[in-house]
Amino acid sequence: MWELADLLISLVFYGTAYGMILYLLAVGLSVTLGLMRVVNLAHGVFAMAGGYVTVTAMSRFGWPFLAAVLAGVVVVGLLGVALERTLYRRLYSAPILEQVLFSIGLIFIAIAAARYFFGPLAQPIDLPAWLSTRLDIGIGVFPAYRVFLIGVGGMVALAIGMAIDGTRFGASIRAAVDNRRMAESVGINVSRVFTLSFALGTALAALGGSLGADLLPIYPGYPNDYLVYLLIVVAVAGLGNIRGALYVALAFGITDTTIRYFLPDVGRVLILLLVMAVLFRHPHGFAPKTQA
Amino acid sequence: MGTMLVRLLVLSALVSAACGTAPADTKTIKVGIILTYSGPDASIGEAIDRGAELYRTLHPNDLPAGVELQLVKRDETGPTPDVAKRLARELIVREGVQLLTGGQWTPNVSAIAPLATEAGIPYVVMSSGTASTTRLSPFIVRVAFTTWQHSYHLGKWTASNGMTRASTIVSDYAAGVDAEEAFVRGFTEAGGTIVSAIRAPLRTADYVPFLERIRRDKPQALFNFNPGGPEATRVIKAYGDLGLAEAGVRLVGPNAVVPDDELKNMGDAAIGVISASHYSAAGDRPANRTFVAEWKKAYGPDSLPNYFAVGGWDGMAAIFAAIRAQGGIIDPLRTRDFLTHWSNPDSPRGPMRIDPETRDVIQNIYIRRVEKVDGELRNVEFETIPSVKDPWKELHPEGTGGGR
Repeated sequence: MWELADLLISLVFYGTAYGMILYLLAVGLSVTLGLMRVVNLAHGVFAMAGGYVTVTAMSRFGWPFLAAVLAGVVVVGLLGVALERTLYRRLYSAPILEQVLFSIGLIFIAIAAARYFFGPLAQPIDLPAWLSTRLDIGIGVFPAYRVFLIGVGGMVALAIGMAIDGTRFGASIRAAVDNRRMAESVGINVSRVFTLSFALGTALAALGGSLGADLLPIYPGYPNDYLVYLLIVVAVAGLGNIRGALYVALAFGITDTTIRYFLPDVGRVLILLLVMAVLFRHPHGFAPKTQA
Repeated sequence: MGTMLVRLLVLSALVSAACGTAPADTKTIKVGIILTYSGPDASIGEAIDRGAELYRTLHPNDLPAGVELQLVKRDETGPTPDVAKRLARELIVREGVQLLTGGQWTPNVSAIAPLATEAGIPYVVMSSGTASTTRLSPFIVRVAFTTWQHSYHLGKWTASNGMTRASTIVSDYAAGVDAEEAFVRGFTEAGGTIVSAIRAPLRTADYVPFLERIRRDKPQALFNFNPGGPEATRVIKAYGDLGLAEAGVRLVGPNAVVPDDELKNMGDAAIGVISASHYSAAGDRPANRTFVAEWKKAYGPDSLPNYFAVGGWDGMAAIFAAIRAQGGIIDPLRTRDFLTHWSNPDSPRGPMRIDPETRDVIQNIYIRRVEKVDGELRNVEFETIPSVKDPWKELHPEGTGGGR
């Protein structure tokens, strides 16, 4: 009996950690794709860029892990501002197909650039000692790094929830997306709001890429390899459902982990079938129906 | 005066162009090399190419006087047999190459093999570890390794060294299934018992659920095979996170589980992992010390040759030897016969030779352990199984339904 409880705790813990890293990677996409309606398939590029900045800051300049993560978030956030001003801005009114083509092209460019500058191998990341131990968290002994991921993911979710729902900036984003002209006429600087929320999306991607670099190693194929998982989280949560992204990511992580434990050979297929079934029943995901 | 000078210059340029840039008796031997130079698997192609190029750069005077080797490179972009076949045809028909080499992927080699047979062009395979590859064409000579050389002998070694209960987890594709079969065969022959066997999909992001299951099965050894690269790092991370080493589960596998150049990404979780390989960058042989030193000089102090790179190096060594032995005028059949009897007592990997019967490589297999030496992780060889023939071919003689 104890054995079974121990197994379930362990599956839920590892599933939650896996889900959290997916959440951190996907929540930024939920902002750009979900709120701003830009089909930015190149979201993983920003996660990878954040990861590269972090590992470079650590290995080349000897920065501590957390400072290096912060550097990744800031640098990529600024990169997001620059790209929004120069490129993405033109796409807001473009048809979806053009947005898809543009962002896929960006993925290819990023993969080639990453290979050119950093080589084809995964980047080493030296976690600080306090993250590479194992922690007793009362319900079992688990790797400190994954406990940390769960903690940070939870805090980010809380902060984003409060920012979108409870601040003036959050209200401006929602207003600007729902009715751009009305938002402008009540004095919201829509262009600035869009730049900032795009930067927020890319910075969140960088946070996910940097923090998760030990679990999902940073290498040139990164933006392609995890894209499916990010899209699953955003699609099942429903466009614009930022809080839902957390629940969906966690549910996906825990379900995927459990299925793979019990049915290792068919787990991959099963989880995708499950996602398909959910999307058949709820083609628009679990987004609240209040939106246009 | 000025125009006169210009005219003279133009004239002399025309004359030298007409005479050709080299002495009239220069003979060019064209070798076609098909590898994956772009896409997600370019790192392997790059390693092979670098190994081959390094051999060429370091042996400028090893070809007969007046003979020049021209490498015609083509990018097959990945495991795409149709592309590889088209490129091989183009190399043979349009470029008129006298030798083919490369051979990164088994499916691509399978597509090229019939062309080599048809055109009667020797094909030196530098990678592709599937055991049956050399049976695809009588013109294939392999200088690489076979999955069975590694995993079958690792299975025997594991069971004979006190680990008699093992689980296996392999990536679910042809090479992984091949490796699983090889390990299980060697392991059970030496008296071991398999506790559980898992086939994980390629590009599994988190290996924890699989390894959690294995932790509960409590084997003494866990055999893994994956295609290397980030996949290898993800396996090691999960192995470390779950504390499997402390729980008494030793990770074992062929070289792809702990590639020399990936070790530094893996961190201390890799320490103690046992693997079988024909090559380690840490191999303590004079030829290998020179090889690694020259590699670092050419490609940067942080880079390391891996087991793919040594395939490129030895493939080029074999091609050079074949050209030299025939004085620069090469004939396909004589080249093939020379290559099937080729041996290199002093490769970076140790002594190696080609088995004339199977045209496959015979070489030492080293059992290695990941250790921290001078602050960096290395695959330290601690046991040598000398002159290993491909076990699969010995267990499946030709004509007994063993060909696949």
